[in-house]
Amino acid sequence: MTSNPITGASRPAIDRRFRLQWEAAQNAHVLLYPEGMIKLNSSAGEILQRCDGQATVADITANLELAFATTGLSNDVIAFIAMAVDKKWVAVLS
Amino acid sequence: MGCRTVVNTLADPTRMSSPPGPPLWLLLELTYRCPLHCAFCYNPTDFARSGPELDTDDWLRVLREARELGAVQLGLSGGEPLARDDLEIIVAEAHRLGFYINLITSGVGLNETRIAALKAAGLDHIQLSFQDSSRQMNDFLSSTRTFDLKCKVAALIKHYDYPMVLNVVLHRLNIDHVEEILHMADKLGAEYVELANTQYYGWAWHNRAQLMPSRAQVERAEAVTNRFRERIGRPMQIYFVVPDYFERRPKPCMNGLGSVFLTVTPDGTALPCHAARMLPGFEFPTVREKSMAHIWFESVAFTHFRGDAWMKEPCRSCPEKTRDFGGCRCQAYLLTGDAANADPVCELSPHHHLVTEAVALADRPYVGEAEKPLVFRSPANSATLFP
Repeated sequence: MTSNPITGASRPAIDRRFRLQWEAAQNAHVLLYPEGMIKLNSSAGEILQRCDGQATVADITANLELAFATTGLSNDVIAFIAMAVDKKWVAVLS
Repeated sequence: MGCRTVVNTLADPTRMSSPPGPPLWLLLELTYRCPLHCAFCYNPTDFARSGPELDTDDWLRVLREARELGAVQLGLSGGEPLARDDLEIIVAEAHRLGFYINLITSGVGLNETRIAALKAAGLDHIQLSFQDSSRQMNDFLSSTRTFDLKCKVAALIKHYDYPMVLNVVLHRLNIDHVEEILHMADKLGAEYVELANTQYYGWAWHNRAQLMPSRAQVERAEAVTNRFRERIGRPMQIYFVVPDYFERRPKPCMNGLGSVFLTVTPDGTALPCHAARMLPGFEFPTVREKSMAHIWFESVAFTHFRGDAWMKEPCRSCPEKTRDFGGCRCQAYLLTGDAANADPVCELSPHHHLVTEAVALADRPYVGEAEKPLVFRSPANSATLFP
């Protein structure tokens, strides 16, 4: 499998083999897959819930910066998405 | 059927002394009815004397109460869960509640109408069992003619875009076919393959001498699996679950009883693991009378083996107790007669020789079924064993 570098124009989506949801009992977002669960920390949850296959990485970054009243998240978001692609949690559509 | 018995992705091994978390993994054994007659089935050999099955409303209440406690992974199993004609209703309610729903099936009864209805109801994933890679052995080991049907069901699962786990329980009679099994899984398009070596409970315990592979067989199968993993050209996750009899340390069975796992049997008995009904001295609670919260937090059946206060030596003072929780309580009971003993798979157990002797016995040359016939899982055989 070849993986293209993640850029601001990439459109990430949760891979079809995973389901993302908020679990009140865990107080966390989790990724569910056959007979298993990955509990996410809060920043991973915030990024992944914005990976809807429509928004670009640049959109997601801008949205996060607005939501948390901060700037300069771009490199962190790109690094996280690249890791999530590597783990096959996320597929990049373009 | 087969089911992964170790929940290895939900563990939080540091949690031993803190308050219990939720029963993250809920397994509903909806029925003991099954069209297959697998000689390695973990269902209890006395299932024929089990009481009547829960009705639809009972199961829906169990789902609601468990979800409130924080249960999130749901296994629907049996027996064959498709034998219940309310399966679609159960799946729909589970989906509405937010469960991730795993159907664990032989495939028998999974026609296109039902697979489409289950998709619409929100089923997330299907685990399909095969008994071997060839029609002849699959059909012999399940004592049915189901191989061709299972291949058709695998194609349907792909067509309806479910993630597919292909599960094959391994033992002396099929473990030499691992290469062919993996090729079959690849051809069928499985995303996950579970090569689950037999765990010796229920019918498998009864047939242990005929099912136990030799050490050479296990080592060969693992080497074949590792080579296959390296050269497969598409994402297919292969789990090779080593038979614990061949290990020197026990498996962290259920991450400790009462830690993450809760199973309900067809008649409504709640158990901290699917084999636990065999453990003596417990009155296992029934969902007909008790709430899931009471069962999980209050009942002795769930609290007794939680944590480490129950442990004896060598577990009690062992630094590894936070990793393996003393192993499997059912195996300790089956082999030593005391469920509080260390799992004798552990080489630190004074009973470890019981395991090595069983393994040594498996090194004999195979002389065919003539040595002692397999007893297949069936209501008739169950009634014969427990008249």
